[in-house]
Amino acid sequence: MFGVLMITLLLTISLVGSNMDTILKQGVVFQVRAEITEDPSIANSFASSEEFEEFVQNQIDQRIETLGLDEPWYSPQRIGLTMYKILLLDFGNATFLTSDSGSSDVKEIILEKLPRTILLFTTATIIISVIGIFLGALSGSKVGSVIDKITSSFAIISSSFPVWWIGMLMIFLFAFVYQIFPARATPPIPSSDPDYIISLLYHMTLPLITIVMIGFGAWAYLVRNFMVGIMQEDFIMSKKIMGISKKKIIYRHALKNAAPPIVTILALSLSGSLGGAIITEAVFDWPGMGRLYFEAITVMDLPIIIGATYILTVFFLISIFIADLLYGYFDPRVRTGQ
Amino acid sequence: MSSISPQEIKNEFTKSKMGIAGISILAILITISIVAIVTIPSETFSGWNNPGNWISYPKVAIPGWVNLFLIEKIPEHKILDEPIEKIETSGQISVISHQFGFNFDYDDFPNDFIYEFSAKYSGAPLLEIVVIRPDGVQLELLSTSLPNSKSETIHTERIFSTDESIRKKLVLQSNKFGFSLGKLSSEDIIFSQAENHQPLKGNYVYLINLYGVESQNEIPKSNLIIGGKAFGIMGTDELRRDLAVGLLWGTPLALFIGIVVAIASVTMGLIYGVYAGYKGKKTDEVLMRFNDVIYALPALPFLIILSVTISNSIFLMIGFLTIFGWVGVAKVSRSMALQIKTRGYIDAAEMMGQKKSKIIFRHILPQLLPYAFASIAISVPAAITTEAGLSFLGLGDPSFPTWGQILHDANVYGAASRGLWWWIMPPGMMIAITGLAFVFIGNALDVIINPKLRR
Repeated sequence: MFGVLMITLLLTISLVGSNMDTILKQGVVFQVRAEITEDPSIANSFASSEEFEEFVQNQIDQRIETLGLDEPWYSPQRIGLTMYKILLLDFGNATFLTSDSGSSDVKEIILEKLPRTILLFTTATIIISVIGIFLGALSGSKVGSVIDKITSSFAIISSSFPVWWIGMLMIFLFAFVYQIFPARATPPIPSSDPDYIISLLYHMTLPLITIVMIGFGAWAYLVRNFMVGIMQEDFIMSKKIMGISKKKIIYRHALKNAAPPIVTILALSLSGSLGGAIITEAVFDWPGMGRLYFEAITVMDLPIIIGATYILTVFFLISIFIADLLYGYFDPRVRTGQ
Repeated sequence: MSSISPQEIKNEFTKSKMGIAGISILAILITISIVAIVTIPSETFSGWNNPGNWISYPKVAIPGWVNLFLIEKIPEHKILDEPIEKIETSGQISVISHQFGFNFDYDDFPNDFIYEFSAKYSGAPLLEIVVIRPDGVQLELLSTSLPNSKSETIHTERIFSTDESIRKKLVLQSNKFGFSLGKLSSEDIIFSQAENHQPLKGNYVYLINLYGVESQNEIPKSNLIIGGKAFGIMGTDELRRDLAVGLLWGTPLALFIGIVVAIASVTMGLIYGVYAGYKGKKTDEVLMRFNDVIYALPALPFLIILSVTISNSIFLMIGFLTIFGWVGVAKVSRSMALQIKTRGYIDAAEMMGQKKSKIIFRHILPQLLPYAFASIAISVPAAITTEAGLSFLGLGDPSFPTWGQILHDANVYGAASRGLWWWIMPPGMMIAITGLAFVFIGNALDVIINPKLRR
C-alpha cells in the first residue's frame, strides 16, 4: 500500500516535474532582477550593459545552484528530497492560489478546503447508502414487484446521466425558474461570521440533493442484486419455512449476509466520491477540494496539484484498507484466513 | 457461463425488451451520425471554434420550433441569400436591383438587420436600399455611393441597421408614422405599424438598387439577414454557433470515443487477465500486483494531469481512458481463466503439445466472449461520461467539439442561471441517451450470462 502511494507520487511528480522546474527557474530570475533593480547603485557601478548582464546572469546561476535547481528534476537527489518533504506533509507554498484567510501555504489551503468536501460528500454518501440499502432490500425481497421495477429502471437510467449535467439542470430549475436555492454554492459571507455554518448548509442543499438523486439508484440496484442472490439461499428458505416474519428475515438475516460486499463498496464509494468531486464542485462552485484542484489545474499551480493528488490518494488507500478490515470483520470466513 | 452458445445468446437477446430498446436507440444514433457526416460539411465542424464562421447567426437564439407553442410569436432569424435579380439599362445608366421578399409574422420586432454584399464595379455607383412594407408604405433606408475606383474592383461591405444614416433617413420620413420616432432604433421603425408602435405583420420586400453609369456592375454576393431571437432546430449559443451542428457532430464522436475505449480496454484486460490466470504462480502474482497499483490510482485526477501536461488530443485521451479502463476486466477474466484452466480439455490440449498462445486464444478466450461483450457494452457509457466530464472541465480537444465541450461553454457563460435551457438540455440528453443505449444492451447481455440475476 505504501508502495502504491509512492508510485502515485512519483507519477505525479514526473508528470509535472519539468513544468515545475521551468516555473521555479523563472521565479529565481524574476527575484534576482527585482533585487538588483531595487538598488540603483549596483547598476551604476558597471561600465557597459554587457558587463551588467553578465553580472546578473552570474547571480541567477549562483542562486539556482544553491537551490539545487541546476540538476534536472529527475535526478534521484531532487526526487528523493521532494518525496521526503511530501511524506512529511510539507507541500511548500502555492504559486498562485491562496486560502480564504490569505495564506499561501499548501497545507493550510488543503486543510481549509478538505472539511467542506468531506462535509458535502460524506453527508451525501450516508444519505445515499441509507436510502439505497432500504430500497434495495425491499425490492430484492420482492423481485418483479412494482417497487423492484421502478428501482431497477431508475438505477439504470440514472447511471447514464452525468452528475454535473443534472447539477446544471438543478441550478436551472431551482436557481432560475423557482429561485429557491442560490446558483453558486459559495456562501457570500466570510468564514469568521457566526452565521457562516447556517449559510454553508443552506448553500449545500442543492448539490446535496443532486448527488443523492443520482447516486441512490445505483446503490439500491447493487443491494438488490446481492439480496436476490441471498434470498435464494437455503438458509433463508428454511427460515421462511420456520415461519419467521418476512421483515425479520430481510433485515436481520439477509442484510447481514449481504453486508460484507456492501460495506466494501460503501468504503470505496466514500473515497471515490472525493475524486468525483472535482467536476461536481466545479458546477456548483462549492469551495472544497475538487474546486481547488480544478483551479490549480487551470493556473498550473503545481505544489497544490501535487499536494491534492497526494491527499486524494491517501484517502483512497486508507478507505481500501478500511474496507479490507471491515470485510474481515463482517465475514468470519475471511478472518480465519482460509 | 461457458455453456451458452452464441445462438442461444442471440435468441435470448431478441426476447429481452431492454436489449431491443438498446439496439434501436443505438441504430438511431448511428443514423444520426451518418446523417451528420453526410449532410454537414466537415469545414463547418472544424470551424466550430472560429467565431468568423458564425457571424451571420444570432446570439443565444431560442430553437425555432418553440414558436409552435407560443401565442406571441418570437421573430425568427432569417438569412436570405437568394434575391430576385433584375438588370435594367436605359441609356448610360444601368440598374441592378436585388429583391428580398419575406413574410414577417411575429409579435415582436426583429433584433436588427444586416445587408452584406460584395459588388464588382468601376467608378462610383450609387447603392440604394428601399423597404416596401405590407401596408404599401415605401421607406427609403439608404442611398450612398460606393468608394470611387477608376479600374474595376470588388468591394465587400456589411451595412448594419445601426448605421446612423439609415436612422437619419427614417427620421426624415417621420410624417408617415402616427407616433413620435424618438429614440427608436431603425428596425423598430421599419417593422412598426403606421399608427401606433406595434409590429406590423405581412410581406416585406427589401429592394437593393445599384445604379451605375457607363459600366457593367455586378453583385456576386448579396445576403440579407433579419436578426431574430429564434433560430433553427436547436437554437444558437452565446458565440452565435448553431447548436444543431455541434449536437449532430457530437454523435459520431461520442460513439467513436466510447466504442474505441471500451473495445480497447476490454481486449487489453481480457488478454492480461487470461494470461495471468493461465500462467499462474509468479507471473500471476506480479501481474496482479501491478493491476492493484493501477486500480489504486485515483483515475480522474490523473486523467486531468495527463491531459494538462501531455496533450489534450482526442486520440491520446482515448489512450489515457483505456489505461484506467482495463483493470476491472483483467481481475474478473483472471478468475474466470483460473476456473477454465482446470477443465479437462485444457489439460488434453496441453498434453497434445499445443502452444500456450494457441491454448489461450483458441480455448480460453472464446469462453469469455459473452462476458467480454457485456463488459464492452457496460464500459461504453463510462468512457463517454468521463470524456464529457473532462471536456466539461475545459480539457477537451478544441478541434473536435464534443457534447461535453458544448456544456463547458454553457457553464462558462452561466447558461443555467440565465435560463438558456436549449443550451443545456440537448447535449446532456444526448450523453444520457447514448449511455442508456449501451447500458440497456449491457444489462440485457448480463442477465443472459448471469442467470442468477434473472429471478
